[in-house]
Amino acid sequence: MGNTGHGETFLFWIGSAVSVLGALGLIFSKKIVHAALCLCTVMLCLAFFYMAQGAVFLGVVQIVVYTGAVMMLFLFVLMLIGIESQDSLTETIRGQRWLAVPLVLVFGAVMIGVYAHANLPAFIGTDAANAKGGGNVPALAELLFSRYYWAFEVSSAVLITSAVGAMVLTHKERTVARKSQRELSIERFERWGKGEKIQVTGLPNPGVYAQHNAVDTPALLPDGTPSEVSVNATLRGRDTVRGFRPLPLPSSKRGGSNGSIEPAANEEVSQ
Amino acid sequence: MNPDNYLYLSAILFTLGALGVLIRRNAIVVFMCIELMLNAANLSFVTFSRMHGALDGQVIAFFTMVVAAAEVVVGLAIIITVFRTRRSASVDDANLLKY
Repeated sequence: MGNTGHGETFLFWIGSAVSVLGALGLIFSKKIVHAALCLCTVMLCLAFFYMAQGAVFLGVVQIVVYTGAVMMLFLFVLMLIGIESQDSLTETIRGQRWLAVPLVLVFGAVMIGVYAHANLPAFIGTDAANAKGGGNVPALAELLFSRYYWAFEVSSAVLITSAVGAMVLTHKERTVARKSQRELSIERFERWGKGEKIQVTGLPNPGVYAQHNAVDTPALLPDGTPSEVSVNATLRGRDTVRGFRPLPLPSSKRGGSNGSIEPAANEEVSQ
Repeated sequence: MNPDNYLYLSAILFTLGALGVLIRRNAIVVFMCIELMLNAANLSFVTFSRMHGALDGQVIAFFTMVVAAAEVVVGLAIIITVFRTRRSASVDDANLLKY
């Protein structure tokens, strides 16, 4: 592991090109999921580099912890807060973006310049250090439980604190008692009795009397018009309703008790 | 190959992460860029460990991963909490304390 061979040189140039492209993709991709995938690519490349440099344990941990656990956590949160959320283009600090680019370029140039001028030794390699402990993992464990024992203990406190913190932050206290189905039904009928235009019965299932019974197919009313309330609002929002489009959102048109739309708007369903 | 190349790559990745933190407004993307910077730092730790023939750099990279995992958990919980109250994941929208 002392000096770099031809294989490692090849791996480095391929991997560095891929990881820099991945980092650029992370910064400039419009969709957040694409950014997350780009970050996964970078992390996998770094895992290859760790293994090529003799840090086998860290390479495996990089794949398991970073690309496995951390990125999954990111994707979970993406699903929670909505994949569609886009960057706002308004700048709160004027010209920040255009100022950031030269500043970061200067920062990178300084860092690379420091490395270029530093008198860095050639690779010694970790073979001797690994052999002293009897392999990479035992040698790391020996260091972890002797010289870095205190840091190891503190890191356990950090992990417990972060777990408790996440639970406290995401916990939502219920301030009013949950309403039962009976209470909800009574409330609906009372509102309907006061003259509000709301649906008191259950909503129609999708696909009733229609061509398909898939969830994206609106039910047909007795007069042949599709019922907009029979399809999930999420599907309507994504505009993936089968048969006719565009379908008005429930907020824009909540007219009659079943919310039928004009037959002229459907093409495929009316036959 | 010049062994310093790993350090140059680490510097470039760190710089790109910093650029992302500065120009992106979505909290999750900013957070992912921070992860990229931590990873870049880890790469230089591993490279220095190999350069000096000691495993201390790898142990420190390991601790960086531990802290990064804890940081991700708390950070994403904060993002979810902010999103619940403000319906937005933009870092510019959380400015209530400013006024």
